[in-house]
Amino acid sequence: MNWITAFLAQTLRIAVPYLFAAAGGVLAERAGIISLTLEGFMLGGAFTAMLGSYYSGSPWIGALCGIAGGLVLGTLHAIATIRFKADQVVSGIAINLLGVGLTRYFLKLIFDSSSNSPRVPGFSAGTSSSSLVTGLLHNPLIPLGLLIVPAVAWLLYRTPFGLRVRAVGEHPEAAVTLGVRVTRVRYAAVALSGALAALGGAYLSLDQHQFTDGMSAGRGFIALAAIIFGRWDPMRAGLACLFFAAAETLQIQLQGMQAIPSQFVQMIPYVLTIIALVGLVGRAVPPAALGRE
Amino acid sequence: MSDAAQTLIPTRTMRDRIFEAVLPPLVALLVSIVAGDLLILAVGQSPGAVYRLMLEGTWGNAYGFGQVLYKATTLTCTGLAVAVGLRAGLFNIGAEGQLAAGGLGAALVGLALPAGAPALVAAPLCMLAALCAGGAVGFVPGVLRAKWGAHEVITTIMLNFIVLAFLSWTMSTQLRVPETLHTSAIHAGALQRLATWLPSFHGSAANASLMIVLIAAILVDQYLFRTRGGFELRAVGLQPDAAENAGISVGRAWIRALTISGALAGLGGINFVLGYEHYYEEGFATGAGFLGIAVALVGRSNPLGVVLAALFFATLSQGGLAINALVPKQMVDALQGVVILAMAASVPEVRRLLASSRKGVR
Repeated sequence: MNWITAFLAQTLRIAVPYLFAAAGGVLAERAGIISLTLEGFMLGGAFTAMLGSYYSGSPWIGALCGIAGGLVLGTLHAIATIRFKADQVVSGIAINLLGVGLTRYFLKLIFDSSSNSPRVPGFSAGTSSSSLVTGLLHNPLIPLGLLIVPAVAWLLYRTPFGLRVRAVGEHPEAAVTLGVRVTRVRYAAVALSGALAALGGAYLSLDQHQFTDGMSAGRGFIALAAIIFGRWDPMRAGLACLFFAAAETLQIQLQGMQAIPSQFVQMIPYVLTIIALVGLVGRAVPPAALGRE
Repeated sequence: MSDAAQTLIPTRTMRDRIFEAVLPPLVALLVSIVAGDLLILAVGQSPGAVYRLMLEGTWGNAYGFGQVLYKATTLTCTGLAVAVGLRAGLFNIGAEGQLAAGGLGAALVGLALPAGAPALVAAPLCMLAALCAGGAVGFVPGVLRAKWGAHEVITTIMLNFIVLAFLSWTMSTQLRVPETLHTSAIHAGALQRLATWLPSFHGSAANASLMIVLIAAILVDQYLFRTRGGFELRAVGLQPDAAENAGISVGRAWIRALTISGALAGLGGINFVLGYEHYYEEGFATGAGFLGIAVALVGRSNPLGVVLAALFFATLSQGGLAINALVPKQMVDALQGVVILAMAASVPEVRRLLASSRKGVR
């Protein structure tokens, strides 16, 4: 029983950044804008959250600064792809490189370090000995992360804004004739996706009480994999995040036993995504207008 | 690439086409200089002094220039890889993994050959291995796209992680020299440093791979613009439906394009493995694959342009080290992102402006 509790707790902790990023990514992709940017949003959010917490002494302010950082990067991506009609894949790669470059530059500039920031106030997740529930509630971003996916599902399927997002992502021309302001909806969806993914990054730096260079470590791409594996549905993408996190937890806990090489466990999300795209277990079909102008 | 713009091709004049090719990189350069100014001013330094230092540390002395050439060699390969894909209308984001696979392929053959093997036999065999390893990694997304319609942007990204994890596993199980991340030194196939012929390059990593990669660039140019196969690739890239109607097998062209693309990225592995360190090391060219996308974009998917763009990005990268005393070298990491973003935004913008000026003339 104790082992199961520990396993679940660790799975949730690993899943939280995936959940935030996937929730944001689903929104942008359903609006028709490709989400290769999640990695950059997370890294940027992790950095600005650390910065906010460092200067204010409050992790709450830090989290807000994380959101702000994500909004800035998200808006930049939106301006490039929507106003200037930049190729969404290229702009996404640029945002990721920008995330890496700017965080490195300012890390060096502000803290004179090329590897990590000093320790900042963060949300402590409690010790591993505390019970599952109280341990997880110590860090408010954990319950928020679990709620964000159903919240985005509700937004997407139950609100007028969500209806517009889906219309814009499937058939922008038709949406226009119905009076939907395509540009405005897409701006909102992409900026929101930046804010959400950045919260995932903020979770990382506030949980570890510091920012380290490249700390998003490919999590944005795992979130993207979860989106595709979940066939662009928020709840299914959320489940995919939990599944990927569980596999990772299992690998960490089995590390001593050398049962499966860790590298093969790391491959799981990516292999499953390719399988989903190929259609061996039900074809993953993207939103119709994804990547188009 | 928007289909609408492609159908305009016959109506474009030579002047428009030159503008369309050259203006976006100039805009991107301008924007990145402005962004660079801001980052430099943020540290309280003078942009002029920093840029001068950057040029002196790269093109101003033989060692710095040698390092630029070394970095440009790898970037030319990954840039050509992305360019060939783009010509066929495909986005190969997998150069990162293909490059690593090519490096390991070259190293494995170099390790397998006996120590006395003549260089004229050993080096080509190692290069062939690099081409094949990279090509094999590129072949997979080609087939996935052609047979199942799985989008290559996603599959190549996913394959990057899969390939890198796989390589890391092979290294950890048998190849790694204990306590390091690299294999033991290869027995045969090593290439000469440029310093062997030009002593002033002493200490820099530039090596004979440079010549091989330049030859590869010329061959790619010939292939794309002078052969039937290359014509088919470009036709498929411009209008897949029209190409299909004209009797070109689009699926086969996709597979071919991504295999060639992967092979070119894989070839980049020889620069480090055969030319520089003489062993394979995990993460030996991290980032060069992604930067290849920038190189191909700024080089407008044209082999000559790719070589020039590779020199530009290599200068930026080496220049970061030169200016480190005044400005954190991490500035150039940020500038790379700025260049790509500005490039991506200005290509459609320039095209639109040219189109509207054409309308005005009529």
